[in-house]
Amino acid sequence: MSLTEGFEPKIIAFCCNWCTYTGADLAGLNRMKYPENVHVARVPCSGRVNPQFILRAFQKGCDGVMVCGCHPGDCHYSTGNYFTRRRFMLMKRMLEYNGIDPGRFHARWISGSEAAKFRDTVAEVSERLRKLGPNTKYREALREGADAGKGGAGI
Amino acid sequence: MSRIGVFVCHCGTNIASVVDPDRLTPAAREMPGVVYAADYRYMCSEPGQQMIKDSISEHGIDRIVIASCSPRMHETTFRKMLKGTSINPYMLEIANIREQCSWVHADKGRATEKAIGLVRMAVSKVSKNEPLYAQSIPITKRALVIGGGIAGIQAALDIADAGHEVVLLEREPSIGGKMAMLDKTFPTLDCSACISTPKMVDVGAHPNIRLMTYCEVESVSGYIGSFEVAIRQKARYVNHDICTGCGLCETKCPVKVDSEFNLGLSKRPAIYKLFPQAVPSKPVIDSESCRMLKDGKCGICAKLCPLGCIDYKDEARTVTESFGAIIMATGYQLVDWAAMYGEYGGGRYRDIISGLQFERTVNAAGPTEGHILRPSDGREPETVVIVKCVGSRDPKKGKSYCSRACCMYAAKHAHQILEKLPGSRVFIFYIDVRTPGKGYEEFYDQTRMDGAVYVRGRISKIYEEDGGLVCQGEDSLLGSQVRVRADMVILETAMEPSQGIEGLTSMLGAARDANNWIQEAHPKLRPVETQVGGVFLAGTCQGPKDIPDTVSQASAAAAKVIGLLNKSEMETSPMISAVERDKCSGCGACVGICPYKAITLQEIDDRLGAKRIKREVASVNSGLCQGCGACTAACRTGALDLLGFRNGQILEEVDALCL
Ligand SMILES: Cc1cc2nc3c(=O)[nH]c(=O)nc-3n(C[C@H](O)[C@H](O)[C@H](O)COP(=O)(O)OP(=O)(O)OC[C@H]3O[C@@H](n4cnc5c(N)ncnc54)[C@H](O)[C@@H]3O)c2cc1C
Ligand code: FES
Repeated sequence: MSLTEGFEPKIIAFCCNWCTYTGADLAGLNRMKYPENVHVARVPCSGRVNPQFILRAFQKGCDGVMVCGCHPGDCHYSTGNYFTRRRFMLMKRMLEYNGIDPGRFHARWISGSEAAKFRDTVAEVSERLRKLGPNTKYREALREGADAGKGGAGI
Repeated sequence: MSRIGVFVCHCGTNIASVVDPDRLTPAAREMPGVVYAADYRYMCSEPGQQMIKDSISEHGIDRIVIASCSPRMHETTFRKMLKGTSINPYMLEIANIREQCSWVHADKGRATEKAIGLVRMAVSKVSKNEPLYAQSIPITKRALVIGGGIAGIQAALDIADAGHEVVLLEREPSIGGKMAMLDKTFPTLDCSACISTPKMVDVGAHPNIRLMTYCEVESVSGYIGSFEVAIRQKARYVNHDICTGCGLCETKCPVKVDSEFNLGLSKRPAIYKLFPQAVPSKPVIDSESCRMLKDGKCGICAKLCPLGCIDYKDEARTVTESFGAIIMATGYQLVDWAAMYGEYGGGRYRDIISGLQFERTVNAAGPTEGHILRPSDGREPETVVIVKCVGSRDPKKGKSYCSRACCMYAAKHAHQILEKLPGSRVFIFYIDVRTPGKGYEEFYDQTRMDGAVYVRGRISKIYEEDGGLVCQGEDSLLGSQVRVRADMVILETAMEPSQGIEGLTSMLGAARDANNWIQEAHPKLRPVETQVGGVFLAGTCQGPKDIPDTVSQASAAAAKVIGLLNKSEMETSPMISAVERDKCSGCGACVGICPYKAITLQEIDDRLGAKRIKREVASVNSGLCQGCGACTAACRTGALDLLGFRNGQILEEVDALCL
């Protein structure tokens, strides 16, 4: 029996209000079905997502993180997601450096009409993380009670 | 400690048939800070809302979570509901357990687990919510329209007719734009001046419109409702307060330079009106060609003027005016084809003219009094070649887009030639013929009936031979080379944004698209707004279009402005960025990242130990900030935070899920 058998990953998805959040709502309206692993946190724009949020999620034992926004060029705030894109290319490398499999982090562009893409992305990312198994990197430290202070500043 | 109330909605069976309220509600009751939790069939209904309001007062609740449909559905409903209670409308979070849970999951157990997770996230987030207050900004009931072409004229008239003050700003000495230069307008062939000059006169006489011609925008600050615009009035050297526009001065001026209005096909004096029906109907002196201003020798106009209006010492002045809204109507210009197409002689052959030059040529008030004559020898042409899409639909040398009006005005030009010069021949070289518009296809058909010969293909070369022009190209339908000997060639050239658009848009913070046209806020749903609040657009400054489309857009932009100016103040969203000055190091990283130019560095007095110092900190303009949060993620010290989506609130959400 493998370690990952029966494991259901916990995934947080930061979705921009204008595109991906709307796309996720549309998936609901169309009664599309996808796995329960992804929990959406609504943000005004993908550009709002501070890398700190992602690090915190991994640090607290979240198995996967998604950042989703409008397609480049379609950002409601015109340029927000260009910053997101650049920021998250760096992010991947930083995660790797910290010993977190970059496969746990996914930045995706999903528009308000791409309900099916939202469904498929959730299914795909959930499946990948199921295979990767639980994120135990900081679990030990956490157990020892090394709780990082909340509400801190940027990184 | 916060006192949180959680309200779980069944949404009939939409939620309750998958997510079990009998598990969710008790689970919510156990979450930190929750003092009360209840569920109900329809939370958004009258009785549902009443139940929430009653519970708030009964249980001393100071913030609530509603687990229901998407916040995109009822967030505003519930915020409005809270206005009638003791708690601030922003002490609310919504857990989306319908669209993002019950509707997308089938397994009841797991869906309920997830719903519990979503509610926990919302409860944690709301524990960090703080009361937010919408600011109201006053609206200056005055509009600025930049550009006095037909777009600007129409917009100004509409706003003024609705009872609001308008300043119409034009950088040329007269309003009118390109439409004033046109002869007749497709598809009805009504005379352009006959329909546009009355509008120009109306503008000049309207009690609510102040015309500022020969002016340019120097700087813009402020935001929707209160823009401060510095306007530079160029020196006119003629006192318009006394000038009656008699025109005597123009008759004796010894200088002759190319007329801008007639596109070099005639000359004008140094003291001039742009064209006879100019509004205002008073001259200016062009300082670059006036002998008196250049060399101090002449002064004839001053001697002639019976009213003593000439003032060679006049200087440019800058005035600052306040406006509540701005419409951009800066129009287009035609590309410099001579610089782009060496194969057409690069401007060496005088009998190759642009479409706009042709408009001046056929116009009865034009340089040839409406006779179609070759510029080189003044003879009537027998064969005319019209080349369409010069610079348009040519990604290699010109623009990749279609200039939209040219198919129709090429047909118009062919029609005019065949009508005025019986027995002449007209060949039109085209890539496609595009006639989407009321009466347009019929007009094109008529032109072919008139005898215009349409040849599908591009002209690859034009050269002079025996006093004529040989146009060489391919007939792509026949697949063979063609050669036409023409007496005159008309190039229907591409439109491009007016020179100076970069500076103007960046002053306003408005974006431009890949081709430099002004970018609309949304191509379908917000076509006359820019992404800057209070800045609208009209006409060809947004992209090539003909007069009917230009005018519709102008009236649409005017309607938006009227709607805005009808209010005396406007509520802004309080969910915007805020700076914690103590943390801000003044690095300025946020300034460049803000798409709305809402952040500036401001000097403040501070202390360093016992010493008084001055230092710079970021400052957010609440009228400009749209709440995207880009700056907060860029802030190195964490001094910038987004109200309603604070770092602390989002981190709480993350923690709540990971637990
Ligand atoms: C040869 C030709 C023939 C045409 N024939 C027809 C026709 O028959 N029927 C038809 O429907 N359409 C026709 N058109 C299209 C028509 O010209 C345009 O649709 C229309 O004139 C656009 O008006 P506008 O107000 O948007 O722009 P414009 O007429 O270009 O006006 C813009 C104004 O803004 C001013 N301006 C620019 N920048 C600034 C600045 N920074 N500050 C202050 N002022 C500024 C300019 O000086 C100008 O007065 C034709 C076009 C061409 C080239
Ligand atoms: S608003 Fe969707 S990414 Fe910026």
